[in-house]
Amino acid sequence: MLYIKCPHCGMRSQNEFSYGGDATIKRPELGKEISDQDWDNFVYNRKSLRGKHWELWQHISGCRQWIKVERDTATHEIFNTLKANEEISL
Amino acid sequence: MQKYSVFSLVKNALSNHENWDLAWKDPTPKKEYDVVIIGGGGHGLATAYYLAKEHNITNVAIIEKGWIGGGNVGRNTTIIRSNYMHDDNALFSEFGMDLWRRMSQDLNYNVMFSPRGIINLAHSDAQMNTYARRGNSMRLNGIDAVLLNREEVREIIPMADFSDNVRFPIFGGLMQPSAGTARHDAVAWGYARQADDMGVDIIQNCEVIGFDVSAGKINGVRTSRGDIKAKKIGLCVAGSTNILAEKLNMTLPIETHLLQACVSEPVKPVLDKVVTFGAGHFYISQSDKGEMVMGGDLDGYNSYAQRGNLPTLQHVLTEGIAMMPFLSKLKMLRTWGGIMDMSMDGSPIIDKTHIEGLYLNCGWCYGGFKATPASGWTFAHTIAQDRVHELNAGYSLNRFNTGHLLDEKGLGTKTWIS
Repeated sequence: MLYIKCPHCGMRSQNEFSYGGDATIKRPELGKEISDQDWDNFVYNRKSLRGKHWELWQHISGCRQWIKVERDTATHEIFNTLKANEEISL
Repeated sequence: MQKYSVFSLVKNALSNHENWDLAWKDPTPKKEYDVVIIGGGGHGLATAYYLAKEHNITNVAIIEKGWIGGGNVGRNTTIIRSNYMHDDNALFSEFGMDLWRRMSQDLNYNVMFSPRGIINLAHSDAQMNTYARRGNSMRLNGIDAVLLNREEVREIIPMADFSDNVRFPIFGGLMQPSAGTARHDAVAWGYARQADDMGVDIIQNCEVIGFDVSAGKINGVRTSRGDIKAKKIGLCVAGSTNILAEKLNMTLPIETHLLQACVSEPVKPVLDKVVTFGAGHFYISQSDKGEMVMGGDLDGYNSYAQRGNLPTLQHVLTEGIAMMPFLSKLKMLRTWGGIMDMSMDGSPIIDKTHIEGLYLNCGWCYGGFKATPASGWTFAHTIAQDRVHELNAGYSLNRFNTGHLLDEKGLGTKTWIS
């Protein structure tokens, strides 16, 4: 069982959350000319890092807010959590 | 190589089974090979076997970080099937079914292929309609499919819950009678033994540290046991694909996720089919030892941990008990996890890459084991001929860029939504 510290609600069990994938992916800017490759990278291509990984989770059975979580994908240790609008400092 | 037969069994029994040949050697890596296959799992071993057998390329090394057959080919639920709707998946898998049927003879190794049939249960009229459509598509591609109504399903699996007040009543099911199971370890060992006999070097405890790429061409691989030159290198590393892709500066439409399976204590024969729950993700069969072999959903977040987490196991087994209530009386014997190379459309990739001489085999999601022979056969063809075979033409790497997705289950791009 993972325990995730929701920045809004505090420490909660994994059962209350749903997963949203890599949090470092940026959607291409609206109105800007982009290539098929840029779009491919945004929609499909992922680094899927082994080790520290910033990812999105939604506290779906709690405050329903999206949050950012820094977790180790090999050990499942969680280092840090942020609100969705807080910038990741890599 | 000593041929396995009843005569060799009797002969070796007389000497207390102390004089059997080693099934494969433990060679020191050479400086150069024609082809290097990275990954000594089912797909890598099968690829090397078919390179030697179909293309006479025997100067081949398989390099494996751990021991052969220790990854997903040793961790799956052994289900073999070709019940796909889309042509690309159906034709590829049915080609594999033919290889499965002949495998024990081809490899001179009993892989215990058991074509016992698979039933996908339906729990609504709408689901029966989609199964009828899939069954018809299968039959058009020459694959056996039978649509069963509720009573026909009840005759085959009376232990399922047919009571009146269940949340997901069984409306019927789609059966592929020729689907089944096989002994997973035997598949790896059988391919390894034959490949070794034809001259392939199986090099274990050999980790890839980096690649030698220059001017868009692959020249070799750097390993923990020294540099190995090769003009052609094939990647068959399933859940470790992204780790090697990073060393090649490639970003792939793959995420690595954790999938669990489990077996119950052994019980007397009760279930002679593979059965899947249609209102969630749960599948079950009974092994020859009597254990109920079960699996289902991913743990749901990117993971390289080859061990599972209890919430998912609880969720999956809740589905199992909803389908077959007697399971609640059984004790759990073992649970384990493997790391899956989940592609963004749920279908695999067997293709060339932008690096000349580098070939990619990944994206097997939930279905890597059943694809072992067809994957090895087509990947060997792709490497030997430097072009894809028509059977794996749909499994291209650039389909995500061009929009030609193979979204068999309609799960879309989010692998964790299932």
